[in-house]
Amino acid sequence: METVIELKGVVAVLGSFPALAGVSLSVQRGEILLLQGPNGAGKTSLLRVCAGLMPIERGTGSILGIDLATNRQDIRTRVGLLGHTNGLYLDLTVEQNIQFWASTVGASQEEVANAMSTMRVDGRLAKVKAGQLSAGQRRRTALASLIVRRAEIWLLDEPHAGLDAAGRDELDALLRNAVAAGATVVLASHESERAAGLATRTVTVDGGGAR
Amino acid sequence: MSTFEQRRRVAFAVARKDLTIEWNSRILVNQVAPFAAIIMVLFAFALDNEGILQRVAPGLVWLATLFSMLVVIQRTFAVESADGALDALRVAGVDPSAIFIGKSLALMVQLFALELLLVGTAVVLYGVEMSLVGFAEAIVTLLTATVGLACVGTLYGGLAAGARGRETLLPLLLLPVVAPVLIGATRATEAAFGSGGAQVSEGWPWILLLAVFAVIFAVVGSVAFGPLVDE
Repeated sequence: METVIELKGVVAVLGSFPALAGVSLSVQRGEILLLQGPNGAGKTSLLRVCAGLMPIERGTGSILGIDLATNRQDIRTRVGLLGHTNGLYLDLTVEQNIQFWASTVGASQEEVANAMSTMRVDGRLAKVKAGQLSAGQRRRTALASLIVRRAEIWLLDEPHAGLDAAGRDELDALLRNAVAAGATVVLASHESERAAGLATRTVTVDGGGAR
Repeated sequence: MSTFEQRRRVAFAVARKDLTIEWNSRILVNQVAPFAAIIMVLFAFALDNEGILQRVAPGLVWLATLFSMLVVIQRTFAVESADGALDALRVAGVDPSAIFIGKSLALMVQLFALELLLVGTAVVLYGVEMSLVGFAEAIVTLLTATVGLACVGTLYGGLAAGARGRETLLPLLLLPVVAPVLIGATRATEAAFGSGGAQVSEGWPWILLLAVFAVIFAVVGSVAFGPLVDE
């Protein structure tokens, strides 16, 4: 098994607050890892460190074999983070949003069509501006954007938020398909029952540590 | 694919995206352009004397451009922060210099359209007359000043985008920096318009100043935009 995330005693600071206090974590390719814990425990910070967004103050870490301390920009191009916002342009249509993300990585029209079809944002919905979508439709559009970006590690912060029951089932199926295709998923979710059914492993994050 | 080719592709994608947003929302056409035209009309009311208006028309055109530019820059970064899109671009590891170039290109197109409208308004409202050579010099002035304004506007827009009170911070940061463009573009436009007996040939040194400003901020912006937005 290939280790895609390797953190050893990682300390990360948010302002003057230690968001992560010596986290050690190892994730293998093809895992669906659930991060659970109370609000403010450090789940989002851990995802942002893995995305190469938050610098580490102490400890060592590598993502996809790339050193977290020295080469965070390269990490960002190979992982996908979906946080509390969706990263959409509200004055662009669904299709224009996904086309834009596709053009940043040179994805083909076929990949765009597949991503839109997978997340059910094709057809009539494709021509609707993102600002006029429901919360669940925006989430699905953001996930379609993640698909066309060909991320190898999916870092998802509350991915089920705003989705209806059918959307949640589809998301779970999509994540299983992504893993079957070689991706790795790390998700933070408060919906522990649903997420635990999806995850292959669960890690509890609390007080800036992980166990 | 080479880094240059990748950067070019992303820059054009960002520029096309910004212009599509403008096309979809029509903010420039329906709000900013009328705002700019109203400024020109108000100047005409305030300086209600044809001789004075003809003499100060170049300065008024560029002042109106700067005020309108602030609105356009606020808008171009508001669409990035509305749903965390700029953050998503950072997360995706999209080359920041390509984002800078793309956003600057889109801003250039919008500013140039706005400046053409303002010069046209000055000709109609203030009775400005231009020779053919003066017209050519005016176009070159608009182009060089637009490149500088777009680059510095994108750089400072990105800097202010993540700051608290960005609406008031941007004018405070940006207006002093673009003072050389205001001076250079006004002098070059005076020469193009022949305001106060100025000759067309007097405008070219000022256009050179505008070109130097544009090159400096294009280079500085390409290098500094990433670290600024990352902070």
